[in-house]
Amino acid sequence: MKVKNKIKISVNGKQMQVITKYSLKSLITKLKMPLNKIAIELNKNIIDKKRISKIKLKKGDKIEIVHFIGGG
Amino acid sequence: MIDKKFKIANKIFKSRLIVGTGKYKNFNECANAIKTSGADMVTVAVRRVNISNKNKARLMDYIDPKKITYLPNTAGCFTAHEAIRTLRLAREIGDWKLVKLEVLGDKKNLFPEMIETLRSTELLTKEGFKVMVYCNDDLLMAKRLVNAGAVAIMPLAAPIGSGLGILNKVNIKIIRNEIKVPVIIDAGIGEASDAVEAMELGCDGVLINTAIAKAKNPILMAEAMRHAVISGRKSFLSGRVKPNILGERSSPQKGII
Repeated sequence: MKVKNKIKISVNGKQMQVITKYSLKSLITKLKMPLNKIAIELNKNIIDKKRISKIKLKKGDKIEIVHFIGGG
Repeated sequence: MIDKKFKIANKIFKSRLIVGTGKYKNFNECANAIKTSGADMVTVAVRRVNISNKNKARLMDYIDPKKITYLPNTAGCFTAHEAIRTLRLAREIGDWKLVKLEVLGDKKNLFPEMIETLRSTELLTKEGFKVMVYCNDDLLMAKRLVNAGAVAIMPLAAPIGSGLGILNKVNIKIIRNEIKVPVIIDAGIGEASDAVEAMELGCDGVLINTAIAKAKNPILMAEAMRHAVISGRKSFLSGRVKPNILGERSSPQKGII
């Protein structure tokens, strides 16, 4: 039963499993990502960070979470 | 003499030295070098967060974007599409509109791909970005970039990270004389004298990363570069003497004993 309730998603190229109807906000919280220091893309669309609690993840979703690092 | 303000897209910067934040041993060294350099604008790259190490230190914890202007770059992008995607994400992190566009075309030499760069400049400008553009030392292309909306032109002195200094001084001088927006030397600076030279050519600023970060003593080099940029600017403003192949005495002839 448990397996049925889970969906596979990809986060920064890595496969992850989450429960169905899992929100993007729950994912960001689980990963302990500080919202003011990141940007999020869902299936190549940039997500307004204010709306992440309303977005439910679906099977096969591709999420990219980026931040600033050192660069020239 | 009071110098005119160093202004890019209507924003005033105290320092004419812009520093890259890559290649340092750690964030502490990077933050110290930036502080010592006096720079109030730093370039940063946009990359994936490491999701398996949640507690890893972040650049933003060491360099406060409220005090130092972040200039997000598009390093690693080879097409207009990739560059625009990267900068849209950068803008989303914290409403950054001033950006450094860098679209490369040659993986070996890291030379800019100017056709894609020009396209990206147009598209980004239409989206409201203020685009500072890494480019070749080509006047005609620099003019096209300005027409496309570039807020600053950033010609290379030499290939990125090469430390070769300014290879084509004449081209840089011509670009500076003909272009209305700030001209900032980007890439190829090796030592302090190169930065002095860039400023003496009349450039409005210099962007340095590798020369500081990979020096044996990055903090000392950051200090050297700070002085070099100030020194070169003052030298440019002061109006040098005409070069003369004949000797001309500095001490008077009169009263020799």
